[in-house]
Amino acid sequence: MDLYRQNILDHYKHPRNFGKVPGVKHKETNSSCGDEVELGLVVKNGQVIKVGFKGQGCAISTAGASLLTEQIKGKKLSAVKKMTEIEAQRLFGIKVNPARKKCATLAWVALQHVVKNY
Amino acid sequence: MLKVNKIRRDFPILNQKIHGKRLAYLDNAATSQKPKQVIEAISNYYRHDNANVHRGLHQLSERASEQYEQARVKLAKFIGALPNEVVFVRNATEGLNLVAQAWGEFNLKRGDEIVSTILEHHSNLIPWQRLAKLKGAKLKLVGVDKNGCLKLEEFKRLITKKTKVVAVTNMSNTTGEIVPVESIAKLAKKVGAVVVVDAAQSTPHLPVNVNKLKCDFLVLSGHKMLGPMGIGAVYLKLQRQGQMEPYMVGGGMISRVESQTAQWAAGVDKWEAGTPNVEGAIGLSAAVDYLNVLGMANVRKHEKTLAQYALNKLAKIKWLKIIGPLDVARRGGVITFVCKFAHAHDVAQILDSEGVAVRSGHHCTMPLHLKLKLVSTTRASVYIYNGKDDIDQLVAALKKVEKVLF
Repeated sequence: MDLYRQNILDHYKHPRNFGKVPGVKHKETNSSCGDEVELGLVVKNGQVIKVGFKGQGCAISTAGASLLTEQIKGKKLSAVKKMTEIEAQRLFGIKVNPARKKCATLAWVALQHVVKNY
Repeated sequence: MLKVNKIRRDFPILNQKIHGKRLAYLDNAATSQKPKQVIEAISNYYRHDNANVHRGLHQLSERASEQYEQARVKLAKFIGALPNEVVFVRNATEGLNLVAQAWGEFNLKRGDEIVSTILEHHSNLIPWQRLAKLKGAKLKLVGVDKNGCLKLEEFKRLITKKTKVVAVTNMSNTTGEIVPVESIAKLAKKVGAVVVVDAAQSTPHLPVNVNKLKCDFLVLSGHKMLGPMGIGAVYLKLQRQGQMEPYMVGGGMISRVESQTAQWAAGVDKWEAGTPNVEGAIGLSAAVDYLNVLGMANVRKHEKTLAQYALNKLAKIKWLKIIGPLDVARRGGVITFVCKFAHAHDVAQILDSEGVAVRSGHHCTMPLHLKLKLVSTTRASVYIYNGKDDIDQLVAALKKVEKVLF
C-alpha cells in the first residue's frame, strides 16, 4: 500500500514531462499487462536539455516514467547513461515489490534504448 | 449455504493476517487452498509409505502402489469414468497437450477442422493452434458478444463434416460462464468429431460426469480442487485409446524392450512414462474425499448463492463493469471486472493492502481480452471456505481503490 503514497499518486495523476516526446525516442511495452511508455530525449553539448514521455499503463509505470524524466532532465548524458535499474527503482523512495518491478522500471528500459543512440 | 466457519477450521492458511487485515482469499480460480486432511495425507505418505510404485516387491512399494491406484479409482468415480480411463498428468495443460499430440497428431489430416472458442484458457488453445499448423488443419473459434458471453448459436454453423475435434471449456476461468458441453457434444457427435473438455475450472465447483457431458477427453487440475500442485488428470475414453500413441516414452510405459524396439504397456500405463507424482495423487485423493463429504451439488449451490450476493453488491459500484453472464444459472463463482479509471494491477494491489487476494491481468485468456478490447481485468473467485464476509471485505476494499486512485 505504501507504494500508493501521496507523492507517487501525484506523479500518476499529474505526470511530469508528459505528452510531448522530443528528440530520439523509444517505445517500450509490457505485453503481459499492456503498459506502454514512449520516452524521448534531446541532448546538447553532452547535457539532456529536453525530455518527455507518453503512454498508458498502471499508476506505477506512469509514476515511474514521471519520476525518471524529472530526475534526468538537465543532467549530463554520461551520468544518465550510468543510472542503474536499482537507482530507477529508488526514485520511488520506497521498496518496489518484485511483482511491480517491471512496471516501475518500464521507462528506465525505454531510456536504455534511447541513450544507446547518443 | 455450506457451513463456512466449520470448513475454515480445516484450512490452516486462512487463519492469518495480511498487512494486519483478515485474509479474504478470492483467488481460487488460480489455485485453491488445501485442507489439513490433504496436507496430512501427503505428510503421512512420506512418513510411513514412501517408495517408488509398481515393480517393487517390498512392503513399502506395495503400499505406495496400492494408494496410487486407489487414488485413480477414486478420481475416476468422482468424474463418472472407469479407472482405466484416467491418466495422471502434471496439470490440465499437460492433459490437453497429451490429447493434442497422442491423439491429434495421429488422427488429423490436411483440411480437417478443429472448433474451439475465443474464451479458452491458453492451455486449451495453443495445443490446437500448433496441431492445426502441423497437420494443415484449420482452427475455428466460436466468438463472444460485447459482454464476453459465448455466442452458442455459432457452434451450429462452425461444426461441419470437416470438424474432427471440438475443444471447449466447461467453465471459463475468466468470465465464469458455464458452457453447455452436453448440447455442443451432440452437434460434434453428429459429424463424428471428438469432444475435448477443459474441466479445470468446473471439476472443483460443479458435479462433473464424463458420461453426461458425452466427451471423449476431459482434463482436470488437482490444485484447483483442494489437491496439491503438480497433479492433474486426463480422461481418455476407452474407445479412443486404441487410436492413440504414447505421449512420452521411457520407463513404466512398456511391456517389452529390445535394443532396437519397444512394445507399449497396455492400459493407462502407456501414457504415464517415468516415476509418477505419487504424493500428488494421494493428496488429490484426499481432496476428492473432502469434496465428496460436502457433496458437489452443495458446493455448486453455495457458490451460486455467493455469486449472486457478490453480483448484487458489485452492481452498485458505478465505475465497475462485470464481464460475462450476469445470470447465476449460467455462471460459476468467478467474477471478473474492469475498473473504469484504474489499471487492474493497481486495483489488485490496493485490494491486497486490505487483505483481499484477487488476480489481475489477462488470466491466460489474451484472445478474449483482445476481442473485448481490454488490456487487463481484475478477477475475484470464490470457493467452499468463502462467505458473504469475504465479499463484504472485497466491496469495502474497492471503496478504498476509488478513494486512492480516482
